[in-house]
Amino acid sequence: MEDDAPVIYGLEFQARALTPQAAETDAIRFLVGTQSLKYDNQIHIIDFDDENNIINKNVLLHQVGEIWHISASPADKGVLATCYNQTSDSKVVTCAAVWRMPKELESGSHESPDDSSSTTQTLELLCHLDNTAHGNMACVTWEPMGDGKKIISLADNHLLLWDLQESSSQAVLSSSTALEGKGQLKFTSGRWSPHHNCTQVATANDTTIRGWDTRNMSQIYCIENAHGQLVRDLDFNPNKQYYLASCGDDCKVKFWDTRNIGEPVKTLDEHSHWVWNVRYNHSHDQLILTGSSDSRVILSNMVSISSEPFGHLVDEDDLSDQEEHHQEEKSKEPLPDSVIATYEEHEDSVYAVEWSSADPWLFASLSYDGRLVINRVPRALKYHILL
Amino acid sequence: MEAAAGPGPGPGPGASPEEPEAPERRRKAHGMLKLYYGLPEAEAAAPGATPDPRDPTDLNGAHFDPEVFLDKLRKECPLAQLMDSETDMVRQIRALDSDMQTLVYENYNKFICATDTIRKMKNDFRKMEDEMDRLAATMAVITDFSARISATLQDRHERITKLAGAAGAGRGGGAAGERGGRGRGGAAAERGGRGRCRVGPCPRRCPQSSFAGVHALLRKLQFLFELPSRLTKCVELGAYGQAVRYQGRARAVLQQYQHLPSFRAIQDDCQLITARLAQQLRHKFRYRLLGFPSPQPPLPPGPRQLVPWYGPLPRPVLTSVSPPYRDGGAGAPELAECVELLLALGEPAEELCDEFLAHARGRLEGELGSLEAELGPSSPAPDVLEFTDRGGSGFVSGLCQVVASYQELFSAQGPAGVEKLVAFARELGSRYFALVERRLAREQGSGDNSLLVRALDRFHRRLRAPGTMLPAAGLTEGATEIVERAARERLGQHLQGLCAAFSGCLTDVRQALAAPRLAGKEGPGLGELLASVSGAILGHIKASLAAVHLFTAKDVSFSNKAYFRGEFCSQGVREGLIVGFIRSMCQTARGFCDSPSEKGGATPPALLLLLSRLCLDYETSTISYILTLTDEQFLGQDHSPVTPVSALCGEARETARRLLTHYVKVQGLVVSQMLRKSVETRDWLTTLEPRNVRAVMKRVVEDTTAIDVQVGLLYEEGVRKAQSSDSSKRTFSVYSSSRQQGRYAPSYTPSAPMDTNLLSNIQKLFSERIDVFSPVEFNKVSVLTGIIKISLKTLLECVRLRTFGRYGLQQVQVDCHFLQLYLWRFVADEELVHLLLDEVVASAALRCLDPVPMEPSVVEVICERG
Repeated sequence: MEDDAPVIYGLEFQARALTPQAAETDAIRFLVGTQSLKYDNQIHIIDFDDENNIINKNVLLHQVGEIWHISASPADKGVLATCYNQTSDSKVVTCAAVWRMPKELESGSHESPDDSSSTTQTLELLCHLDNTAHGNMACVTWEPMGDGKKIISLADNHLLLWDLQESSSQAVLSSSTALEGKGQLKFTSGRWSPHHNCTQVATANDTTIRGWDTRNMSQIYCIENAHGQLVRDLDFNPNKQYYLASCGDDCKVKFWDTRNIGEPVKTLDEHSHWVWNVRYNHSHDQLILTGSSDSRVILSNMVSISSEPFGHLVDEDDLSDQEEHHQEEKSKEPLPDSVIATYEEHEDSVYAVEWSSADPWLFASLSYDGRLVINRVPRALKYHILL
Repeated sequence: MEAAAGPGPGPGPGASPEEPEAPERRRKAHGMLKLYYGLPEAEAAAPGATPDPRDPTDLNGAHFDPEVFLDKLRKECPLAQLMDSETDMVRQIRALDSDMQTLVYENYNKFICATDTIRKMKNDFRKMEDEMDRLAATMAVITDFSARISATLQDRHERITKLAGAAGAGRGGGAAGERGGRGRGGAAAERGGRGRCRVGPCPRRCPQSSFAGVHALLRKLQFLFELPSRLTKCVELGAYGQAVRYQGRARAVLQQYQHLPSFRAIQDDCQLITARLAQQLRHKFRYRLLGFPSPQPPLPPGPRQLVPWYGPLPRPVLTSVSPPYRDGGAGAPELAECVELLLALGEPAEELCDEFLAHARGRLEGELGSLEAELGPSSPAPDVLEFTDRGGSGFVSGLCQVVASYQELFSAQGPAGVEKLVAFARELGSRYFALVERRLAREQGSGDNSLLVRALDRFHRRLRAPGTMLPAAGLTEGATEIVERAARERLGQHLQGLCAAFSGCLTDVRQALAAPRLAGKEGPGLGELLASVSGAILGHIKASLAAVHLFTAKDVSFSNKAYFRGEFCSQGVREGLIVGFIRSMCQTARGFCDSPSEKGGATPPALLLLLSRLCLDYETSTISYILTLTDEQFLGQDHSPVTPVSALCGEARETARRLLTHYVKVQGLVVSQMLRKSVETRDWLTTLEPRNVRAVMKRVVEDTTAIDVQVGLLYEEGVRKAQSSDSSKRTFSVYSSSRQQGRYAPSYTPSAPMDTNLLSNIQKLFSERIDVFSPVEFNKVSVLTGIIKISLKTLLECVRLRTFGRYGLQQVQVDCHFLQLYLWRFVADEELVHLLLDEVVASAALRCLDPVPMEPSVVEVICERG
């Protein structure tokens, strides 16, 4: 179907960093950070016009260095955080900073793409997350559901909790903890749980997944050898508080119940290379999106471990009897866990996939060659879930 | 009188003149006598003179009246006549007087004679009186005796009177029946009579035989009177049969007339004796039951001899020599007799059955107990054959006997009796089965199938006898079930054994793989190892098949059971054992692909490779060989669906593929870990200008070569695409360099953002997507391609995460060239290596702060030097 055709957007540079504009719930908007050592790096604000299938972009200069990670404030559309490489002649340091984009770009742009080059705007630095004592920043994650005042950053083996004060112009390290152990431990990824009043954070280092309590920075659980190789990414089920998805270099996606960490609840083994990214759909947590360096994006339907194992519960007031009956039948026969679609629009490793924060049926994926692909959940499945 | 008068003394004056009148006179005299004597005188009156006899004037008449006569004479007759009449009269009177005298004289002698006679009679009568007195005395004595006899016999007399009265009354009933019974005579009559006693009345005797009837009745009565004594005598002599016959004969009658005191008495006596008899019979019965020959002296009643038999049962001494009751066959008729007699005595059959069974139970339980003792934890377990032998000869034959004699003895008891026996046999049988099963359970460890089969055979064979005797007890079914279960268990054990053998082989392989590593020489024996593993497993399978085949041998009693002909062959051996083993082998093998070995290390890669080859061999030939072998040996008649060879082959192939894929992953991981470490740990910004290929790369090439050798031992070469001479090496450098040029010096302008993408996309249009972890084919090239792909892709990803200085880039360039020099020969399509290495170099160039590539010629020189 025409509407289901993917929309492709190409960036000039290599890119790894992608995030939906978390505070935006109306427009479909993604932020992409580029990686270029030679030129000024950019943050592309990608607006997708769902009705017309058109992409509008705005480019913000991010001159401090190539962007390894980007995340948007859940409370303020204009605020975002990046992890970037600062290179000197003999040294590369990854830093993190909180930025504010120009006001007029916060809620989309109306300018034509033609004169983008002339009107390239710059981000306003709000504050640095001082990492001089902690090492390279791997990841910054905002407190979900919060007021955009709390940030956690992962720096080598440190887990740092920051308080943003005075309109985010100052970041104060409120607490931190460090991973101790043999060898050089390094966090690769982290995710803040939306459950438990946002007091839990999960991190990944090497093959281990750990859960942390942000109130006292203590470890809650630790899944040793969660993956056969490096764990690349994590995500919390937005609707089931103990469920966690992880992915890694063993090409697998695993689903965990953090109350029972001995065995994964479920394992997906569909990719043929490292899985870099895993994301739950924000509304329908049976939809799992994964991106891998085999250049594929896979959308899976994990009904059996979702919060809606028996289908979407609909108010039945406005359904006629027949429909109701139909509905019941459907509820009784949930789809089996399956791969819904494999998206092969990318030709290089896909390092980031994200669901839109505004449209639960739409997602974006970003490959290293700078190709951003916007896709939709197949209509048949969408209706199956909804009806 | 006339004679007497004639010769007599002279007659008077008138006699001589009156001669003409003599006859008349005579007549007159006669008439008078007649008158005297009262005789009717018909001709008394003269024919004209005296016609009327009642004429009172008739002188000779009876009604003569002298007055009338005289009157008449005086009136009618003149004087003359009067004077004539007077003279006539006087002359008649004189005649009469003389007649009178003559008569007296004539009868005098007669008087005398009479007197004499009377005198004589007087004398005689006196004599007679004496005689009569004597007679009276004698009669008195007789009367006296008679009275005494009567008094003596009074009792009997009364009884007989009653009996006679009763028997007479009951002749139509029992007595007559009894007679009928007796009439038959002989032994048959006893049984018939016994039965007939209770039958209804016989038809009434016809009258003419009533006398014979009475006689028979009396004889019957006599028999009854004599019965108690006869019984006693019989009992004393031990002639129980006779006693019972008597008793049986009399019982019904006694029963019927027990209201009569005399009969009651007889009955009581009989009952007493019968009770004793019954008791003795019972003792005998029990004694026989215990299996002893009948006690030698006939049992005199009394507790003295009963005590030992009531005491604890003499336990049969269990030696392997024939237990005491085994000669009980000879005593069986006696036993039967006992039972028969007891039954005839009206002992309740049920009780007898129970007692019989109870005794039998005791004996058989002893047997079971001894069997169980052998199962005890302390005693050394005898081998299973011996065990079943003992069970067979002890318990089963005992049971057989019990069943046989029971059926013989109590055949008349109908279904209830049979039911009892069935329950009995079933219960004991199940206990026996339980013991056998326990014993069989112990056999699990041992591997001697022939012994087990022989034991099972004995067991089964033995149970056929009681099974056929008593089909309802389900002994044969039970035995068959046990045998089947044992067979199934055996199959299970063999399966386990095979699996254990398989894992044992794997352990051996592991050790063998570990050992040569120490010696510094790796994997030359991989082929031999495979052969030995394969051979060992095949040997085990064949051994198992042979062992299991014993179950279906022709001479084994249960081999013709449906199970062994059908299900055992197809489902048990083929599916359960062989297919099960192959499946479990595949599963075990697949187990190596799963999580625990993800960390590497756990499973030596060579083992994976070997297993993979093993599974592939199975797929290509071994499975069909084994299954053909199995099907030939076990020609089951069961047509249940069996796993087709193709399915198993598919499974094996899939397993082989997964193992090989896993092998590729593991080896790829090993290599890629080296590469990753080498990229991640190095500071690429400050590295010096490359002089050498890094040692890691040499190591990678070495390892790859080793893997190539290893895989080559087990897998064929495979097909290469466009195998070229070493000239390709040269072309690579140029090609690579030129590509690098194009790649890392893009004409980047912000205004034309699509250019780079276009460039890279165009480049990729010509190359196929590389599936890094893709399934491999069963050849060396494919395996090596897989490993190299994984390694290079890792290298690419790692490079992309780093930032390079100029020399860093150049080092990557050198390394990649080196890899290209040595790796192309391993892969199916050398283009693939080009591509990946190109990507690596291109990515490194992109990640380079100062991308100045090294001259290709220099790179080549360095590589050739290193």
